[in-house]
Amino acid sequence: MKSERILIKGNEAVAYAAIEAGCKCFFGYPITPQNEIPELLSKLMPENGGEFVQAESEVGAANMLLGAGACGVRAMTSTSGPGIDLMQEAISYMVGSQIPCVIVNMSRGGPGLGSIDASQADYYQATRGGAHGAGRTFVLAPSTCQECYDMVQEAFDIAFRYRTPVLVLGDAITGQIKEPVLCHPPVHVPDDKAGSWCLQGMGDRAPRLLKSVYLDDGALASHNELLEAKYKAMQADPRAECLDTDDAELVVAAFGSIGRIARSAVQLARASGHRVGLFRPQTLFPFPARELERLAAEGKRFLVIEQNAGQMVDDVRLAIRHHADADFFGVMPGIFVDADDLLTPILNCMRDAQ
Amino acid sequence: MNLHSEERLVFAAPSTLTDRQTHYCPGCHHGIATRLVAEVLEELGCIRQTIGVASVGCSVFTYNYILGDWVEAAHGRACATATGVKRARPDCTVFTYQGDGDLAAIGLNESLQAANRGERITVIFINNTLYGMTGGQMAPTSLIGQKTTTSPAGRSFRKEGAPIKMCELLAQLEGVAYAARCALDSVAHVNAAKRAIRKAFEVQHRDLGFGFVELLSGCPTNLHMTPLEANRRISEALIPCFPLGVYRDVTATEKAGA
Repeated sequence: MKSERILIKGNEAVAYAAIEAGCKCFFGYPITPQNEIPELLSKLMPENGGEFVQAESEVGAANMLLGAGACGVRAMTSTSGPGIDLMQEAISYMVGSQIPCVIVNMSRGGPGLGSIDASQADYYQATRGGAHGAGRTFVLAPSTCQECYDMVQEAFDIAFRYRTPVLVLGDAITGQIKEPVLCHPPVHVPDDKAGSWCLQGMGDRAPRLLKSVYLDDGALASHNELLEAKYKAMQADPRAECLDTDDAELVVAAFGSIGRIARSAVQLARASGHRVGLFRPQTLFPFPARELERLAAEGKRFLVIEQNAGQMVDDVRLAIRHHADADFFGVMPGIFVDADDLLTPILNCMRDAQ
Repeated sequence: MNLHSEERLVFAAPSTLTDRQTHYCPGCHHGIATRLVAEVLEELGCIRQTIGVASVGCSVFTYNYILGDWVEAAHGRACATATGVKRARPDCTVFTYQGDGDLAAIGLNESLQAANRGERITVIFINNTLYGMTGGQMAPTSLIGQKTTTSPAGRSFRKEGAPIKMCELLAQLEGVAYAARCALDSVAHVNAAKRAIRKAFEVQHRDLGFGFVELLSGCPTNLHMTPLEANRRISEALIPCFPLGVYRDVTATEKAGA
């Protein structure tokens, strides 16, 4: 494919990126606000030699994903928060069995049926493993349609690099907003190295088994040590966007769609002479703690803005705890805010310091 | 005189079966079912292109006994996982091996939906009317009046409903190419079961649809019976509730025409 700039929704960017990344199996179940993803892929997957299955539920979809992932092919599902709840079982099994896959959560408000509006209240669920048994998944947080495209492509590389489920955590805004996206072939030629572990029928080699059960004395402990070492290795891959943080007195930390709105608010504050910067984590697990700590060590102050009652703020406080504390401004899920709405808490924070 | 030259091998374990002791209790029918599947996979010559999907329950360690590539599914999800495997590896033979709690309680939706989609997979269903691995609790297939650790007064129709009859349910679904119920309590029944298992794989190989075999089995440990009593229970109590037979066979008309 040639690179091409087209006007699409974030959800459509996810679907195009999956195809371009060589995704061969998609399993999904309808849920707002991500329906454009399965709708588009129901056409694109068969056109590109792949399989599309509308599953009976998110439980079914995620366990189909486990089966396809076990075969070493690039496989994906997409859903929204309530669907992620149902997928936690399979996610836990995939973490335990070291099966790579990509899971997109265009999250919505909760708890319960909640709303179909934007929300960042799935941060804890995404970054703490979600299911029983202490598993972790790699978590990417796009804030624009372009990042939806780029991060979904990259998510497959990460999934196979670490043999792990990778979660792409967007929300109703990132999924539904429409903007120009540069669609392009993968930056790196995929090299999944799945040949050494994937299921394909044993042929002339020894049989293979992918499992998460370890009953022998000490076996589960060893397995969990291996997984913990993997989570630790992931810590080498954190990423964040820093805007005007070098000379900032106040660093605003925000992720995803709110991070994007906070970016505009920070620019407004700059324009009126305030030394404010933006720190936008692009990976939520691993959390870019070291970079935050470096900024804290320089004596900066912090304001965390999220569309929830305060979740990522815990990770920010942990990162900067030896040097500073963080203020928090929360927007309740379902409330739409613009840059002016976020400028006020930033300016209040600046005034409080004086 | 060399006595060994007189030896003639008339019976051996199939090459598809591993040489290891099973974890099954004395008198359990899993050993017979496992061997039948292994024999069929050997005779069909497809073991090297086969991927098995293990379920949760006593059946979980089937991967230790039948050779080949295996993936472990979550409890009840074997048919969904097998769907993913088959879609990713359409050239492989894909099968699940599941008990009654796994397939017909927690996994009923995944089982029926995969069958209804006509997934080209083979499902081996062990029906022993209770949860074996967890200690003999009531299963969806437990008989009316059957005492278990969670139905100490016996299963009641009023509160727990009647036993689920999977073959009868699946026979309604057009994606099912073959569904049969067999028993493992006699030589004749075991031979019939093997033919049914073979058929359930053949419909997959011929791209006809979902293949299903239910095997009525015993669990002496949790039934608190001797192996012989548990075996006898199959013909005396199980078969009257779960009649044996072929419930759906899309190839039946072929035979009639031939």
